[in-house]
Amino acid sequence: MRRFSWFNTVSLTLGFAFLYLPMVLLVFYSFNESRLVTVWAGFSTKWYGELLRDQAFLDAAWVTVKVAVFSSTLATILGTMAAYVLVRAGRFHGRTLFSGMIYAPLVMPEVITGLSLLLLFIGLNLDRGVFTIVLAHTTFAMCYVSVVVSSRLTTFDRSLEEAALDLGCSPFEAFRLVTLPIIAPAVISGWLLAFTLSLDDLVIASFTTGPSATTLPIKIFSAVRLGVSPQINALSTIMIAIVTIGVITASIVSKRAAVAQRRDEQAAIRAE
Amino acid sequence: MAQTAFAPWTDPDQKPIIEFRNVTKSFGDFTAIHDLSLNIFEREFFALLGPSGCGKTTMMRMLAGFETATSGHIFLSGKDIGHVPPNQRPVNMMFQSYALFPHLSIWDNIAFGLKRESKDKAFIGDRVEEMLRLTRLTKFAKRKPHQISGGQRQRVALARSLAKAPKLLLLDEPLGALDKKLREQTQFELMDIQEKTGTTFVIVTHDQEEAMTVASRIAVMDEGNLVQVATPAEIYEAPNSVYVADFIGDVNIIEGRATQPGLKTGIAWAEGQPPILATPAKSVEAGQSVHFAIRPEKVTIDVEKPDRPNTFRGKVIDIAYLGNISTYHVELAGGQMIKAQMVNARRLANRPITWEDEVWVGFTDTAGVVLEE
Repeated sequence: MRRFSWFNTVSLTLGFAFLYLPMVLLVFYSFNESRLVTVWAGFSTKWYGELLRDQAFLDAAWVTVKVAVFSSTLATILGTMAAYVLVRAGRFHGRTLFSGMIYAPLVMPEVITGLSLLLLFIGLNLDRGVFTIVLAHTTFAMCYVSVVVSSRLTTFDRSLEEAALDLGCSPFEAFRLVTLPIIAPAVISGWLLAFTLSLDDLVIASFTTGPSATTLPIKIFSAVRLGVSPQINALSTIMIAIVTIGVITASIVSKRAAVAQRRDEQAAIRAE
Repeated sequence: MAQTAFAPWTDPDQKPIIEFRNVTKSFGDFTAIHDLSLNIFEREFFALLGPSGCGKTTMMRMLAGFETATSGHIFLSGKDIGHVPPNQRPVNMMFQSYALFPHLSIWDNIAFGLKRESKDKAFIGDRVEEMLRLTRLTKFAKRKPHQISGGQRQRVALARSLAKAPKLLLLDEPLGALDKKLREQTQFELMDIQEKTGTTFVIVTHDQEEAMTVASRIAVMDEGNLVQVATPAEIYEAPNSVYVADFIGDVNIIEGRATQPGLKTGIAWAEGQPPILATPAKSVEAGQSVHFAIRPEKVTIDVEKPDRPNTFRGKVIDIAYLGNISTYHVELAGGQMIKAQMVNARRLANRPITWEDEVWVGFTDTAGVVLEE
């Protein structure tokens, strides 16, 4: 084992402390017995129990999940279609303009996106609620999906699609049976990205929501304005746990697949 | 009973399976194919040969249906296929990159095209097994494409494209990714499979040796034009232009002027040297500027002056020893270089000619080809 020099040790500690100290504190205090957040009064899981009995939080969680599932699915469909056209249609008039316009919302300040959507919904006289948040989240998550999918499509060997056509597929069958299964990992990671973006979005959701629909981030934000409660800590800890488990599982699965693929390929080369 | 040679192109009653009629293909300002007409017959193994960018791949992609001709017509069994989409043509293609579907097993790759025709399961199963046997892949059926070697992948690609029993199989540089040994072995396998299945094959290649080995006829292409369409032997022995002579195999090309009109002529090629005696295929005129092309293996070198119609004095400049043969680079009077190839029938120590030796090069009056510009 190599030993770290004192300089490396210090920078490593500082860096990790900077990243994780706030979260560690949050998790730590979620198990606090006391109602006062910053005073330790012994270990307890009672705030988790209380959280599960709080109907308002449960409702907000349900709204958030609904919004995230619908908007990320819609965004994935639209984003994949946009990416496919931009990569495949070759050069058509205004292609640069289109691709620029697809990516522009990535750098657009959220406040502006939110405000403009709000104005649109008012103009269309739409009742604001779950539906409008789904629309708003679809709008901005779609660009992320299209970035992820189009970077996969540019390295996609086009002759695979031609082979499918050659073997009797209609263009749509070729997409469904060959292209989609092969780019599926990119589509899925686009969906996951859209899902997490929707889960933790506060700004756009608060612009486009109505009185009937409160998402978890909005609920947490408004609760904190009345003072941090241990319940919020417990809720945040659960969210951290879910995200961590998701990320670790995904990376283990993809790493195993990569290792297996490399092993198979080497075996195939040796067999030659 | 003697077998009759396979040569449907010499029979005027034969209907071609493929006919290109005045086909032109342009991409914007660039014309890839110039007003080209060509017939290919059933059961042929037809090679499109040429350097990259000569239009051979465009020809193949038009046959597959991935490109449409800008003008002219392409007929398959007498039917104009100009606007038939690729999935409705009785034509299959083996791709240069093989284009195997990475998410499907070898079995499913081969069954892919059959399933699109929604044939019954038993038929598909039998056909796939047959293809696996034909290409000796039976024990790899369950594997995925990344779990087999390059040579096996190539055979999967072939099996997949043959599974639907197409009227016409297109092969796009099929052996490019294989190493030399495997490639030679596979060439014979391809010919074998072509004979067994009786399918018409059209192969695109830039490798002249490959084309010579597998093809019944070769079309040599240059910049969107057909330069010569003939059997390998004709292409090699009777090229119709300097381009073909130079592209296929090794050749000496000597510029000169015809000294006599008609079918027997001399070619004046250097001051103070006797003319080369040659027999042109077409009558030439006296004084006409011509190229004389002769293959190195038809040129002999000797220490003593041999008794041949053409003999010239020269000096050995270089010897390329290739094991079975040696190529001698000989400088003739006037600085003209000529290559002569000799079979190394004796072992090295017994061969008398070496560098800087004065030698005689010789060849017959029918050994070379007279080409007009």
